[in-house]
Parts: sequence; structure tokens; C-alpha cells
Amino acid sequence: MDPLNWFEILARMAQQFLPVWVALVVTYALSIRFKRRLGLYGKLFDSTVGMIGFGIVLFWLFTALFADLIVTHDALSQVSGMRNEPPGSALRDPRDLYPYYLLGGDSLARDVFSRMVMGAREVLRIAPFAAMISFMIGITLGLPAGYFGGKLDTGLTFLANLVLAFPVILLFFLLVAPEIQETIIPSVMAGILFLVPILFVTILLNARFFTQPAKRNLYVGGVLLVGVWAYAGLVFDADPVGLWSMSPNLLNVFVAVVFVNAPTVFRIVRGITLDIKSRDYVAAAQTRGEGPWYIMLWEILPNARGPLIVDFCLRIGYTTILLGTLGFFGLGVSPESPDWGSTINAGRRLLTVYPHPALVPAIALMSLVLGLNLLADGLREESLKD
Amino acid sequence: MLLFLLRRIGLMLVTALCLTFVVFALTNMPAKLETLAKTQAGSRMSDAEVTSWLERNGYAEPMLVRYGEWLGVMPGWVRVDADGSVTGRCVALRGTDDAAGERCGLLQGDWGFSTRFRAEVSDVIAARLGATGLLMMWVLIVMVPMALIVGVLAGMREGSRTDRTLSTFAIASTATPEYVSGVLFIALLASSTVGISPILAEWGWIDGRVLFQGNARSAIEDITLSNFTLPVLTIALYGMGYVARITRASMTEVMTQQYIRTARLKGVAFSKIVLRHALRNALIAPFTVIMLQIPWLLNGVVISEVLFSYPGFGWTLYEAAVNNDIELLLAASVVAVVVVLVTQLISDIGYVYLNPRIRIS
Repeated sequence: MDPLNWFEILARMAQQFLPVWVALVVTYALSIRFKRRLGLYGKLFDSTVGMIGFGIVLFWLFTALFADLIVTHDALSQVSGMRNEPPGSALRDPRDLYPYYLLGGDSLARDVFSRMVMGAREVLRIAPFAAMISFMIGITLGLPAGYFGGKLDTGLTFLANLVLAFPVILLFFLLVAPEIQETIIPSVMAGILFLVPILFVTILLNARFFTQPAKRNLYVGGVLLVGVWAYAGLVFDADPVGLWSMSPNLLNVFVAVVFVNAPTVFRIVRGITLDIKSRDYVAAAQTRGEGPWYIMLWEILPNARGPLIVDFCLRIGYTTILLGTLGFFGLGVSPESPDWGSTINAGRRLLTVYPHPALVPAIALMSLVLGLNLLADGLREESLKD
Repeated sequence: MLLFLLRRIGLMLVTALCLTFVVFALTNMPAKLETLAKTQAGSRMSDAEVTSWLERNGYAEPMLVRYGEWLGVMPGWVRVDADGSVTGRCVALRGTDDAAGERCGLLQGDWGFSTRFRAEVSDVIAARLGATGLLMMWVLIVMVPMALIVGVLAGMREGSRTDRTLSTFAIASTATPEYVSGVLFIALLASSTVGISPILAEWGWIDGRVLFQGNARSAIEDITLSNFTLPVLTIALYGMGYVARITRASMTEVMTQQYIRTARLKGVAFSKIVLRHALRNALIAPFTVIMLQIPWLLNGVVISEVLFSYPGFGWTLYEAAVNNDIELLLAASVVAVVVVLVTQLISDIGYVYLNPRIRIS
């Protein structure tokens, strides 16, 4: 068979992405229809930049979700004769396989297109989750540091600055090494880092509902049940059902990324808290006799949500970049993993001769981060309009 | 002011001590020492042999003691064998038996010996820092004016088409990490089969086969436009977007001030308003950000130097980490940490000088 030309490649790729297009159209149609009732999310659809950014992010999100439907080949299987073949090459002996390598083959004769699609799943499985945990840690520590001040503030700020003064790459080389993985350090750090989100949600609910013990016991009990279940699975790898588990490799990467991100979030939250705590509604709550945690979590935090949501989007993008950096240096991921960073790393050796295996994940990563940054920009613009 | 400086420097020293200790502890983990023993003295050692090798070479002492030795506040370890020969940390470093029992560490200027490069760590680091200094200089020369121009042009008329275009460009540049832009640049400009180089070569516009070289190793001897452009651009691009956005934000804020409106109502030309009245006030915030950007550039330096195989500081750090070269890695992290802390200090002091509204109590 003849190789495809660029127009045919694009058409066939668009066809593979069909589930994504459908999902995108449905989401956009529903969102625009009901945008006046959807708060900040609805307002996003008033800004062109925000809409474009959100579209790109959603595209990758749906790609990750429907990856199994989109891929043309298995991301790990090799097909003989397809080493470094240019985009659009036909398989020599397709049999029941998809007859083309849409974006060519890499140096191990695997399909670049399918690896890029599966890579989206790898990246989106870690990045938002890591950003979320970083945020919970930053909030849980930043609120009291800003609200109480004093020695607690000095100590925590010193610790945060300590981590921030560490060059990120050096930290990665030191923390995400195979020798470290065998020691107890990642487990201990994960033990501490994952404990904070559980504490956060527990305190959050307790502060609100402690006057209604029945409701409080129900909510806090439920959270603790799920929390301890997930905690056992993630940190000790001892989940009886097997729903929550993380390979030591992944856990190590996760801990390193959260560790790098949390201090920055802490600084942001602390700064906002210092600003907000002098407002009248905080004074009113204090006069009412509310407890400090109620004021922090139910008076200050909701009023700080604007900048935090914007930063959350940016932070997912930054986490994606960090994960790519790790992959680029071959740290903490298995060599055949399709994540974008390590695919770029694998492709760069033959970059000047066969650029496509490195270019495809590079452009994918760039577009996802660009989408997140545009989304953050749109959100910032819209939230400032209030 | 003096008190502030003293306090800051004291805090800096404490931070540096904490950080170097963390690096020391992480590089001297038992598992890493085992790897070191095996690479130094043969990979087929038994566990007992590893333990005895570590003991003979002074790695068996408690971590804090060895950290003290490395810092130079504790005397180096000494061992006198049955036949009277003396070995020890300082004996190996200084090369004489007399040095046994002396202090020889960071404070005395003994940085140790690099197992990867087979040379004194201080020599390796000094040479590589020079190479990276050159790279950073060019990065700053390219990045800072470009970022400021983009930021000022965008912030001058908020919401205009220029603003939209330049802001999108700035966002796109912050979304392109070095390993992506480097790959894009090489594929576009430095490949003899794809990109624009083959076209230009066919037209006879360039002499060689490629426009720029994708390998900067030759830049160590002789920096040319062809071998240095891509590494510099790669690092500068990622940092540029952020500085440009800060400049834009600062510029738009200044442009809404009363004195700008007064100047406009007086009929001063727009270009004059921007250059005379707005620019100076708008550049306070970017200054801090540029200083704080330098530690961030360190990341870019490592990635870009590895990608373009330019043997500078970042490349050395990478090699040291990959080859488990403990002494070199420690020295590199000391340098990195000092760079971070010093730039933080400079940015704080500079901010106070540039912005008279802030006073240090």
C-alpha cells in the first residue's frame, strides 16, 4: 500500500478522535446553554481565551478517558519493519491490525500516535491529583500560618523557603533515585503528605457541623472511612480490595512532585490569609465566637477561591512540565512507559534524522500546558470582573 | 539596614547548612554507598567485602561526624595500618602523611575528588561554572530586553490587539519547557533532512548543511552564532514569558495612575509618557522577578546543557548525579544553593532601593 499524504493522515486522525469530538460538542453545547446558572464556570464561556484554553484541556482530558477507543495499535507492541518509518507509512503485513502508522514509528517500531494518546492518560492520571494534594497541604498549613502568625508562621515559612531554595532538578535527582526507592524515605514522606488531605477534609467538616453531632458523625465518619482506606492502599499498599494502589516508582515520583509544589501554594495561601483576616466579616465571625478553624476554612478560604482556582490551573500545567522533566532525565518511570517526557527523551537521540518520535509528544505536552495557561488566564479575567 | 543584612545573612547560612546536610544525607545513603563501593572496587563484592571497604575508606562513621569532616569543622578520619602506613581523608586529599588528623573540608577549600572526571572537584566546578557563566550571560542578554520590550508594548495599551497578540505569545512561551522548545528548535533549524535547513541549503543561502548546530560541544573552545544560538534561545524562551507577563501587569497598573492621566491631559506625546513617566515605575516589579528567575534558569541550564551536550555546570551536575559522584554532586549542590540564596538576597535589597515606599525596620 502507498503511504498516506498529510491530508489523509489528518483526516484519519480526526476520525480516530471521534469520541473526543462528540464529548466536546456535548459539553460545550450544554455549558453554553446553561451558562448563566453555572457561576464562575459559566462565565468562562464569555471569554474567548478561556474558552479556547478550556477546549484544549477538555480535548486532552477526553483523550485520556477514551484512550482505549482512540489508539490504533497497542502502545507497547512492536511491528516488524516499522522502525523510524515516517508518518503515514503503511504496515507491510497488516492482517487484523490498523493498516497505517499515522504518525510514524519510533526507534523500537512502535506506533507514535498510539503512544502519544496513551501518554495523555499517564500524564493526566498524575498531574491533577498531585496538584490537588499540593493544594490541600498548602492550604492546611498556609491558613494557620497566616491566621495565627507568630512562631508557627516563622517556623513554617522557614521550612517552605528551605524547600524552595532547593534547585528542583537536584531534588529530583536525589529523591527519585532507585536507591532511595528501596529505603523507607518515600513511604514516610508519602505517609505524611497523604495524611494532610484526610486531616483537611475532617477539620473542614467538623468545623462546620460540630453543632449538629448526628450530621457531623455521619460526614466525618464517611470521610475517615474512605480516607483510611485510600491511605492504606496508597502508602502501605495494603488495600484489601485493591482499588487504591500505587507502584513504588509512581509513589516516589508523586511524592517528589508534591514536595516541590506544596511550599509555593503555602506561600500563596499565607499571603491571601494575611490580607483577608483583617476584613470585617472575619471580625464579625470572631465576635460571634466562632472557632479559629471555622473562620479559616469557612470564612477566609471561600473568599480566597478566585486566585486559588487560577493558580490551580497553572499548577497542573507546571506539574505536567515537572513530570516531563522527570521523564526527560529517565527518572522514576519505566523505560517503555508512553508518558511524554520519556518519549521525548527516547526520541532525541535520532532527532536530526527522524524528528517525528520526539516532536509528537513535545507538541502534545506544549498544547496541554498552553491550554491550562489560557484557561487560567480566562478564569482570572472573568473572576476579576465581579 | 545593617541589622537587616546581618539577619538575612545569618538566615542564609542556616538555610545553606540545612540544605547541604539534606544533600549529604541523601547522597550518603547506605544503598548509595554500596553502589559507590562496587563501582570503585569491583562489582562482584560480597556484602562483607563492601562493609570492610566502607570501613577502610572512612564511610563507616556516623553521618553527623562525616558531615562535620566534609564541612571542615571536624578533623578528618585517620587509620594507621599494622605495617605503619597512614591513610585518611586529608592524606588522600593533600597527598602527604603529615596532613593526617588535620581538618580538611569545605571551609579549608578541600572540595574532594571527583570519581567521574578523575580530577579535583574544585577544578572541575571552576571550569564548568565559567562555561555556564558565559551561557547565562548570553541568555540574560537575549531574555531581559526581549521580555521587557514585549511586556511594555503589551501593557502600554491594555486590551488592544498588540496586547492580545503579545500576551498570547508570552503565555505560549511559558507553556514551552526547555526540553520541548529545544526539540522543536533542533528539528526546525538544525536538521539536515527536515525543517528549513535543507530548503535554505538548496537555495544556497547557507554554506553548511544546517543553519544552526544541534550540538554545542564545540562552543567550549570557540563560541559562534551557529553553535551557541540554540542553547541560548532554548533557555531564554521559557524564562522570557514569565518576566514579560509580570512586566505587562506592572505596566498596565502604572498606566492607570493619576500622574499618567495628568500627563496625557497636558498633551504630552504618548511615546514620551511611556518612556519618561511610566517605564521607570513599571520596571520595579520585573527587576525582582528577573533576579528570582536566575535560580529557575538553573533548571533550564541543566536541561539545555544535557540536550545540546554543552559541558557546563548543568551538564556536570547531571553527570555527577547519574554516575553517583558524591563529592562532585555535593559541591554542585552547594554552588546551586548559594546561587539561589544570593539572588534572593539581591532581589530583596534591590527592591528596597528601587521602591522608596518600602522601608526596612
